[in-house]
Amino acid sequence: MSASAAAATVATVRVPFRTAASELRAIKIVWHRELIRYFSDRLRIVTALLQPALFLFVLGTGLSRLASAGTEGLNLRTFFYPGILAMAVLFTAIFSAASVVWDREFGFLREMLVAPVRRSSIVIGKCLGGATVAATQGVLMIALAGLVGVPYAPTLILAVLGLQILLAFMLTAFGLVVAARVTQMQTFMALTQMLIMPLFFLSGAMYPVTGLPTWLTALNRVDPLTYAVDPMRRAVFAHLTISPTARARLDPGVTWGGWHVPAMLQAVVVLAIGLGLLGVAIAEFSRSD
Amino acid sequence: MDGPAVSVSGLVRRYGELEAVRGIDLTVDADETFGFLGPNGAGKSTTINILCTLIRPTAGSARVAGYDVVRERDEVRRNIGLVFQDTTLDGYLTAERNLRLHAELYGMPRSIVAPRVRDVLDMVGLWDRRNSKVSAFSGGMKRRLEIARGLLHSPRVLFLDEPTIGLDPQTRASIWSYIRELRNREHITIFMTTHYMDEAEYCDRIAIIDQGKIIALDTPQALKASIGKDRVQMHTEDDARALHALAEQFGITATMAEGAVTFAVEEGEQFIPKLFSDFPVAIRSVNVSRPSLDDVFMSYTGTTIRDAEASTADQLRAGATLFRRGGR
Repeated sequence: MSASAAAATVATVRVPFRTAASELRAIKIVWHRELIRYFSDRLRIVTALLQPALFLFVLGTGLSRLASAGTEGLNLRTFFYPGILAMAVLFTAIFSAASVVWDREFGFLREMLVAPVRRSSIVIGKCLGGATVAATQGVLMIALAGLVGVPYAPTLILAVLGLQILLAFMLTAFGLVVAARVTQMQTFMALTQMLIMPLFFLSGAMYPVTGLPTWLTALNRVDPLTYAVDPMRRAVFAHLTISPTARARLDPGVTWGGWHVPAMLQAVVVLAIGLGLLGVAIAEFSRSD
Repeated sequence: MDGPAVSVSGLVRRYGELEAVRGIDLTVDADETFGFLGPNGAGKSTTINILCTLIRPTAGSARVAGYDVVRERDEVRRNIGLVFQDTTLDGYLTAERNLRLHAELYGMPRSIVAPRVRDVLDMVGLWDRRNSKVSAFSGGMKRRLEIARGLLHSPRVLFLDEPTIGLDPQTRASIWSYIRELRNREHITIFMTTHYMDEAEYCDRIAIIDQGKIIALDTPQALKASIGKDRVQMHTEDDARALHALAEQFGITATMAEGAVTFAVEEGEQFIPKLFSDFPVAIRSVNVSRPSLDDVFMSYTGTTIRDAEASTADQLRAGATLFRRGGR
């Protein structure tokens, strides 16, 4: 009997007890799966680039005819560029988190939820996977710097990349919090669209954040995205040669009651919000029925 | 394995008003193939979900492979394999990658993963298709791959929730031949649910469940023997009068099932001539059959499994909605 012969040669397995190493393996495989799926879907990579490119080249070019006086001669596309760097991450990160809803609809989430690993490992793996994918999409936007007159300086690229990773992490965690409560893809998409666009418009990605009406200033300062967009703009503007007037006008920096918030503190704010959201997502997924 | 593979006592699960499982007790021995038989919406999937640690019982307790499904969830999970009604494969990945992902999630020792993957893929005849994306697989191939994955980590108890639902008869037969081969070569307890009567015959013992309660539990042979009567189904010109006449003349309580006048009698072949000789209603056709599990179900519930499904369909839909809402 071939069947019994095979049974004799292959030892049966004992699934070992849960250890830190096995949790790390679980995190890694969930992370790896997100990457495999991202890179096997080239259409998604292209479509996710389309929207930021439209804002940058079409809106940036079209509006520049109205705004050339206000930008002190700086090309509007260059001004938009830091905001667009954030935008590319924004859409991809939320889309990555949507894969949880997708997995739930197609049943795969159940395969992960009955595995002998902590729910937190699965959520962390998902979050890191989504963040990696979104940051990769961000790198593609960094590559466009030359087209809008921004130099390819190593320090600039590293600073932007670091901020993109933080932003991608925060947004994926946010997406997971929403995905934990939503069971249908349409609902998730509608809900996130409703949240993403206000977050993006309030963040100052498309305009300087000083001299705004009080209500807009208040909303801008509570929008977490602000604290990723502003350091990105500072990093980009540090590598531009423009007049001090233009710099003061276009890159004023975020203030809290007149105090200029340092870029490093802003990065910490983004990280802290990201970790907080991740904690909420873990708690939501760990709650069984 | 020492002790029973599965032991359940006083299990209850409520979804708001709906009581899906109302007090189930059962014990499944090691290496036994145990069938859970009942119409859709009877509480089979809810019970299996509790045993798999996916939902918590409202009351009562259950132990699987010696561990408590609520307090020792991880230990239970390490020792069980699952094949659900709906596919839980990742269609974007290849067959082999799906299995390797499972091996990683279960923390299987790395040295054993490759031979074990080959072994289970060979068993279900999918080794040649290991590099195909799962989305390209047919329903039967997906189910075979799920069975292979359920076995990958050598679980002590394999749960099969309706393993052949939605498959054509030929594929159903082939799935069963894999399950039988599996029983021959691995020491494994199989706990399965089905609503196909003919499949339940393959089990060592079956529990018949209806409306959240176990109404009979024994070997298929013993259950059929307990009926002892043949089933007669007939179509008449006037069913209402026929029911009345049967009660009047022969003292038989007949019911309407699947659109026919249905009753059980001893020695059905000999009863038919008596029936024809002196019956006030014209009979169009008569069918006599030996006891089957269908009759067992009928004798305990007064309805056939198909009729029970039709009447529980609405309740099931309500239950499914509640499960979606409550069981994320």
